[in-house]
Amino acid sequence: MPEINLSTAFFIGLGSLTIVASLGTILSRSPVTSALFLVLNFFALGGIYLLLEAQFIAVVQVIVYAGAIMVLFLFVIMLLNLEDEQRLTERYDVKKGFAILFAGLLLVEVLYVVGLKTPAIAPRLGTVAAEIGTAKYIGQQLLTEFLFPFEIISVLLLGAIVGAVVLAKKNFGPERATAKTTL
Amino acid sequence: MLNDLLLTLPITIATVWVLVLILCEAFVHNANLTRWLTAIGFAGIIASIFLIPSPEGYAYGTMLRTGTFTNFSNFIFAVSGLLVVSISDKYLEEEEINFGEYYIILFISTIGMMLMGSAANLSVIFIGLETMSVALYTLAGMLRKDVRSNEAAMKYFLLGSFATGFFLYGIALIYGATGELALPRIAASLQTNGVSTLFWIGLSLLMIGFLFKVSAVPFHQWTPDVYEGSPTTAAAFMSTGSKAAAFSSLIIVLSNISIALPNNAVLQTAFAYIAVATMAVGNITALTQDNLKRMLAYSSIAHAGYMLVGIAAGSNEGYSGVLYYALIYTLMNVGAFGVIAVLERHRTLTNASDYAGLFKQHPLLAGLMAVFMFSLAGLPPFGGFVGKYKVFAAAVEADLTWLAIVGVLASVVSVYYYLRVVIFMFMRDPEPAPQANANATGSFALVAIAVIVFLMGIFPTEVLKLADNAMKVALK
Amino acid sequence: MIEAYLPIFAMIVIAIVLGVLLLTLGRLLGPKRSNSEKMSTYESGIEPVGTAKARISVKYYLVAMFFIIFDIEVIFMYPWAVNLREFGVSGLVSMITFALLLLVGYFYILKKGGLEWN
Repeated sequence: MPEINLSTAFFIGLGSLTIVASLGTILSRSPVTSALFLVLNFFALGGIYLLLEAQFIAVVQVIVYAGAIMVLFLFVIMLLNLEDEQRLTERYDVKKGFAILFAGLLLVEVLYVVGLKTPAIAPRLGTVAAEIGTAKYIGQQLLTEFLFPFEIISVLLLGAIVGAVVLAKKNFGPERATAKTTL
Repeated sequence: MLNDLLLTLPITIATVWVLVLILCEAFVHNANLTRWLTAIGFAGIIASIFLIPSPEGYAYGTMLRTGTFTNFSNFIFAVSGLLVVSISDKYLEEEEINFGEYYIILFISTIGMMLMGSAANLSVIFIGLETMSVALYTLAGMLRKDVRSNEAAMKYFLLGSFATGFFLYGIALIYGATGELALPRIAASLQTNGVSTLFWIGLSLLMIGFLFKVSAVPFHQWTPDVYEGSPTTAAAFMSTGSKAAAFSSLIIVLSNISIALPNNAVLQTAFAYIAVATMAVGNITALTQDNLKRMLAYSSIAHAGYMLVGIAAGSNEGYSGVLYYALIYTLMNVGAFGVIAVLERHRTLTNASDYAGLFKQHPLLAGLMAVFMFSLAGLPPFGGFVGKYKVFAAAVEADLTWLAIVGVLASVVSVYYYLRVVIFMFMRDPEPAPQANANATGSFALVAIAVIVFLMGIFPTEVLKLADNAMKVALK
Repeated sequence: MIEAYLPIFAMIVIAIVLGVLLLTLGRLLGPKRSNSEKMSTYESGIEPVGTAKARISVKYYLVAMFFIIFDIEVIFMYPWAVNLREFGVSGLVSMITFALLLLVGYFYILKKGGLEWN
């Protein structure tokens, strides 16, 4: 029996947890249960990122996805007030067929990449893998080479802020328009 | 750092100006003021393109390109934005969505386009694409109380995010295959390490993202619904600026990578077939459309097909033809949508037959619409003809004569549905009068566009020279 | 490498085990006397009205979206914070530029009443 080291054991554990959580997400009837399984899935994925030495991404995964994004998911579920969740069960075979096709393509790709054993491209700056994932290394890159994309992301976020206010704010608009509705 | 800010002055100005716009809207809360400031911002971008010399090279490391190509594409985006601003206000007031935010979002979208048109790094292309798209999703849903507009925004957002997912996955795979994000270094890595299958998969996913944004077949289904549901002026912006941005990004990626792919027959064939499918589907479906905006949406798919002919040619001539085409298409399509925006109120006047007898009531608007329709059909002496001639000639030069023939045949088909509108306007008796109330700025802009479309058809050489020069210097 | 995270892992395991254990113990040891009064929804002695699945207003969603946007801003601060000393003033300037741009967005939200409940 080959010796199983700690990383492999963790990978098997987290991997199966991810699969179970994904199945739970798509198979559970209640949308809220689905969302909670998704949280579990995000946590397990975060663990896998840790195994891949991507510490920063792992933390972001937990804070942003499992934390913030999931709040939005739950809000949407409550916003829609799905009375009869059963009715939502999809019976379109075309859609399912497409999903299976797509998943199959991804599987083929994974098998291909694993089977091919593509030679890993050496990191350009001669850093070892363990350093690349740290917040420190990412910060160094962010403040030197990727300074411009980093700064310009704020414009994207500004667009998102303005867009959110315009589309979702109640009673939005010039005073004239609101005056009309009250008349 | 300071030098980089100056080298990319249009983007610097735009970024600073968007802060001014947002603060002004927040504290003064006056849509008209924001509109004028936005127009000034666009004018400032255009002025900075012409006034400040921009040598060929890179800025911020290898994040952005500077030089003629960037200037040319930035010019298209700024012109598109400026024209849309000038035709918007009356329409927005009538639809009761005269928010300053409309103009701010338009401006932010233009920043995204400028990033796409001057990127030299896949990360910047992605951020630009997202900035542009997020802003466009909002614009599509601007008619908050209109179900069709909500549907348009939702459809555009869901399908657009899906396409962006493909795009990002493609970037990830390319990074995995080459270990680089900067386009020149990707090419260098391909030359030294060879081209792997992983890279090809990544590139095709990247192309799917682009093809979605230019609404090429088979990624075109969103186009008619989105253009029909969105505010008309926003549709004008989506169909022109975002298309031009996606094409300029596509040219940047392909022209960089083609250095490392000496026999890119695969890419050429793939683009040729997609171009044929796009032209065929766009033109043939447009024939059956009664709704004018849907007709223009399918026509916009068809025009993406013509531009893809230039991409398939894969030569400097082809790319510069696409640049020229993007500029002229921007002008004539903003013009066509602008005339609709002037006439249309609350989803009236949707069908081509509603425009019957327009000439008798509004000879100016009918005449302008006729100019834009003729130009879109590619009839000489209008600018659209020169654009088509340029891309088809590039295809012939690249030994794709059959593709050029298909393109010409498709254009012949397109004449039918463009002329149908003209026939309705000029040769039928008017039905209940369409109420037009174009204001001075809107009419002036439309007349100016028509004049430029006309001039670009008769004296195309100067602009063509600029486009050629942009490509020549960019590819070296 | 992964060994460094063992304490976190141990904490997660203890949390799960403790939670499962206490709930199971409660279920096993506790008395079970269920009647219709006991099974009804507890509403401070008042008869419950309607279902618990009330539709919530979109304004909460708006706040949640702003939260995400500024959450992303904060995420970018972590990599900068651990490099604070190495980059010194230039890093500070970069970060302040980024934060100022978003501060404009914050003023916009404030002025437009995006955070008002009315």
